[in-house]
Formats: sequence, C-alpha cells, structure tokens
Amino acid sequence: MLAKIHITLKKDVLDPQGKVVANSLNTLGFDTVEDVRQGKYIELTINENDKNTAKKKLSEMCEKLLANLVIEDYSVEIE
Amino acid sequence: MKSKVIVFPGSNCDRDVAVAIKNLSGVEPQMVWHKETTLDGADLIVVPGGFSYGDYLRCGAIASTSPIINEVIKKANEGVPVIGICNGFQILIETSLLDGALIRNSSLSFICKDVYIKSENQSSIFTKKTKIAKMPIAHNEGNYFASAETLKKIIDNDQIAFKYCNDQGEVNSVSNPNGSINNIAGILNDKKNVLGLMPHPERAAEKALGCDDGKHIFESVLSI
Repeated sequence: MLAKIHITLKKDVLDPQGKVVANSLNTLGFDTVEDVRQGKYIELTINENDKNTAKKKLSEMCEKLLANLVIEDYSVEIE
Repeated sequence: MKSKVIVFPGSNCDRDVAVAIKNLSGVEPQMVWHKETTLDGADLIVVPGGFSYGDYLRCGAIASTSPIINEVIKKANEGVPVIGICNGFQILIETSLLDGALIRNSSLSFICKDVYIKSENQSSIFTKKTKIAKMPIAHNEGNYFASAETLKKIIDNDQIAFKYCNDQGEVNSVSNPNGSINNIAGILNDKKNVLGLMPHPERAAEKALGCDDGKHIFESVLSI
C-alpha cells in the first residue's frame, strides 16, 4: 500500500523559507498571500495488509526518524 | 586521556579536530568509523563537523541512526565527556542527548565567519577555561530553537554553555549571527558531560590558524 506523509513545522517555529516565498509571491503580484509555511511530503510504499498495523508503524517511523517532534508535526494518510 | 573521534560518511572536520587534540595533548586520538559498535576506553568522544549523509532528511538525522550512536549514548550516560561540533551538535540533538533543535539560519544564508562567544555556564568541564573566545562558524542550520518550556529548563539548570556576543562580551541581536533563541551557541546536557556547539574550536586551536581561543575548550576537558 501507498502511504503519504506530510511533515510541517509547528506553529510556534519560525519558517524563514516560507517567509521568503510569501514575499516573492507578493512581489509577483499575488498580494492576497498572507503567509506561507513550507514542509515535506514523503511517499512510502509498504508491504502491509492491515491498514491499522501500517498506520501504527508509520507513526513510529515518523517519531523515530522522519519528523523531529521538537519542531515538526506529521500526518499520515494511507491509500 | 584517550580521545575517540567518530567518522561518518560526509564528516569533514574529523581530521582537524584530531590534529587539534594531538597538538594540544600529545596523544593521537583514535578515529572510529560509524559502523563500529564499541568505544571502550574512551575518555573523550568527539562527534565532528561536516555534512554527514549530505544533510539528507534533516541535518544529523540519518547519522543519529548509525550503529556507533548507541554506544555514544551509552558512554554519555556513563558520564564520559562527549563534544559535538557543528554537524556533530546537530547529530547529538537528533539523538536526544541534547535538548531543542537546530533549524535554518534566519538569514537563509550559509554563514562562514568568525564570531565571538562567551561561556554562560562557567563551571562545566568544557567551559571553565573560556570567558570570551573568537572562533569560526560555518553552517546553514545553526539557528537554535527550543520550546518555552525546554528553554526554561535549560536556563534553570545552567545548561547554556555558550552565547554569541561581541568582542566586549555583550550579548545582543547584532552579535547573533543566525537567529538562535537567546543567542545560544552551545548547550550542555543535564549532567553537563555532553556539549554541543555550532562554532568550531578546532579551527581556532593554534596561533597558526589565526587564533587559538578554541584550544581552551579542549584543554579544560582534557585537563591539560
């Protein structure tokens, strides 16, 4: 099955890249852009039959390696 | 004192730190490849700077899963002094031996220049010989971040090793090169036997390098 993981910076962590992207979009005339937060998207193909088991393992992967929980949040989606 | 320097794929300050320790102590450190699993006999463990695993995923994240890291954690818990410099600091943060996180510099630029730091904790085995010191930084992700709760903990427990300052020792926003919270340049663990810092003391460890302020960190931990 295919797993889709989104990793985003926690709300109280400054995102300098997002700020610069927002400024550039404003410069291009997209003046309704108020804020940009940049994150990571990871796709994993895993050999599991049970969605719940897969979800549990994926959360563990995020907590152990894929995300840094001091600064990042994650969400897991399975197709 | 037997020092051991861990070498990861992409480490590039491993030999610099080995030369600094050899020249200061007269004892050649042992280089330990990251696939090894023992650090027996180590009196000092150095996790050097560089770009381990090309900074993939997050700086230090992949290196923090190397086989030797379990042994680094074990030795740190036994009280063996451990220094992580630059990428080594990022790796120690990823192992959770040190609190907080290191994020992208607020300027979004790679910064390579000399900075001044002052020791905040003045009694640890690493910081007791350093007051104000000049040494280079060279990093893209050196912006120290900690949640309000963690920051309070490390302040209350005297775990801030070094802060960025000016040549007079004044800590202010102008002397903060990368946006680090409270100008933090280096921190200690609870027990004060693990130090992580972004500046490079090994690149300022002898006069021939332009400045030898960095040597005091090694001299104090090696009791020279």
